[in-house]
Amino acid sequence: MTAGVEIAGVSKSFGAARALDDVTLDIPAGAYAVLLGPSGCGKTTLLFTLGGFLDASAGTVRIGGRDMAGVPPAKRPTTTMFQDYALFPHMSLTDNVAFGLRMAGMGRRARRGRAAEMLAMVGLPDAGSRRPHELSGGQRQRVALARALAVEPDVLLLDEPLGALDLALRRQMQEELKRIQGQVGTTFVHVTHDQEEAMAIADLIVVMRAGRIEDAGPPQRVYAAPASRFAAGFMGEVNLVPAEALPQAGAAPGATLAIRPEAFRDPGADALDLGSGTVTGCAFLGTHWRAHVRPDAAPEAAWILHAPARGALRPGDRVALRVARDRVAVIA
Amino acid sequence: MRRAASLAAILYAAAIYGFVFLPVAVLVTFSFQGGRLPVPPFDGPSLRWYREVLADRDLMAALANSALVAVASSAVAVVLGFLAAHALSRRRLPGAAWQRALLVAPLTVSTLIVGLGLLMLAGALGLPKGLLLVGIGHVVLNMPLCFAVIFAGMTEAQRSAERAARDLGAGEVAVLRLVAAPMLAPPILAAFFLSVTFSWDEFIIAFLLSRFDVTLPVEIWSLLRSGLTPETNAIGSVVFLVSIGLVVLLEATVFRRMGRA
Repeated sequence: MTAGVEIAGVSKSFGAARALDDVTLDIPAGAYAVLLGPSGCGKTTLLFTLGGFLDASAGTVRIGGRDMAGVPPAKRPTTTMFQDYALFPHMSLTDNVAFGLRMAGMGRRARRGRAAEMLAMVGLPDAGSRRPHELSGGQRQRVALARALAVEPDVLLLDEPLGALDLALRRQMQEELKRIQGQVGTTFVHVTHDQEEAMAIADLIVVMRAGRIEDAGPPQRVYAAPASRFAAGFMGEVNLVPAEALPQAGAAPGATLAIRPEAFRDPGADALDLGSGTVTGCAFLGTHWRAHVRPDAAPEAAWILHAPARGALRPGDRVALRVARDRVAVIA
Repeated sequence: MRRAASLAAILYAAAIYGFVFLPVAVLVTFSFQGGRLPVPPFDGPSLRWYREVLADRDLMAALANSALVAVASSAVAVVLGFLAAHALSRRRLPGAAWQRALLVAPLTVSTLIVGLGLLMLAGALGLPKGLLLVGIGHVVLNMPLCFAVIFAGMTEAQRSAERAARDLGAGEVAVLRLVAAPMLAPPILAAFFLSVTFSWDEFIIAFLLSRFDVTLPVEIWSLLRSGLTPETNAIGSVVFLVSIGLVVLLEATVFRRMGRA
């Protein structure tokens, strides 16, 4: 089952602090949405507002077209995968996964069968009789996922689900989350501060800062043409250049140009010539060189650019600064 | 020098344990006395007085009363303490700090005062003295302890698990029954066993609030009034044995589990 989420004008204050400030967002049914931002940006607050653990101070949340005002977590078509997994330590994995079904009044036999299916889906077949404390962090997380999906929610909320895992396991779980989401078709709303994770799994990335949405869109668009300077910087390394410094780009004065370092690497035929610069520092990263360059056009700036792995680069070298024209994003 | 120091330490420890346990050792030893007086010289061992104890219907009735009051009052105290602890740790209640202090305050009031107060209140309400009233007194006595022990056992992990349970559709009763109480089993059991031992030994309230059906400490007290015999030693040893048994049980079940968790 699946449903879209419509958030309209939602604000949330904790005393004087404003955790969410007039947030409006549509998440289509069946999408994998990622709320991305630094700590304290309000992403978890927004997630908990969807789950019903917090009430919005203003605005409306609709799930599947139904207004969620005053609906407690138990009655919402959402389930949550918590950051600390929140498994029930005194229950077997089967009982953990079957808990929601038990609350829904499903018979013992049926829910045990369903729990076994869910455990198999997350890669833990035949583990039903074990207890949470016998599992590794990654396995606990799979159980938490199975438990949240067992009740077939319309929307699954994931609160920094991969935060506690090491890098290799995190990559593996990202793929698995994506696979499972495709399989069940449920709308996933996933909170993280890791932009690589966001890009790896999201259909829709929502970049947040200080309780507001900075940008929302498909990962490729948000990366290539960010709506704000903050979104540009948070999605990865970027050179933010005032439009006045590079009149050849043809942007309106007052705007900012966002140029990713890799745009310098392969400028192509329709290149924009930004003059030359002097390398002030460089490092070889295997797939490419990463260099700091002082451009002649803006001697006080330090741009970051990538150069092809072939060839050598040394501080003091002069380099031509050419970028693909369509990879220069203009931020108003 | 070091040997002298460690010798001193050993003597010191021996003196402390002697001070604490000698009275009990004497009591237990002379419960096996053969003669009529629980004083040296020791002329046992004999199980004569244990036979007397087992044959004494008043004592056996008092023992049963004590067990009933201890278990029932502890169960009530634990349930009330658990509910109070859960509410105060999970919800924002008006004057939470004051309410917490108020709940624990009876711990500092002498049992004599609590007993007298209950006695006067029962008189004013026309409640008859008896085991029910003693049980109520023991709930008053033990509930603060149960509350404090269970409240201290509340953790963030439990709060999180309760939230997850609600998220999965559990109502408040289901949350308490299926998640909160089982996760708090160690402190709940600890509170229960402590309550049982305190109620089992309690004399003042039991004395003030009972009339015909009395608990064991009150029965022993009336035995003592008619003079010392090894029978009082024997029943005292039984009381001691039960208390020790409870503590060992507590250690074996609860603290082992706490250590593992």
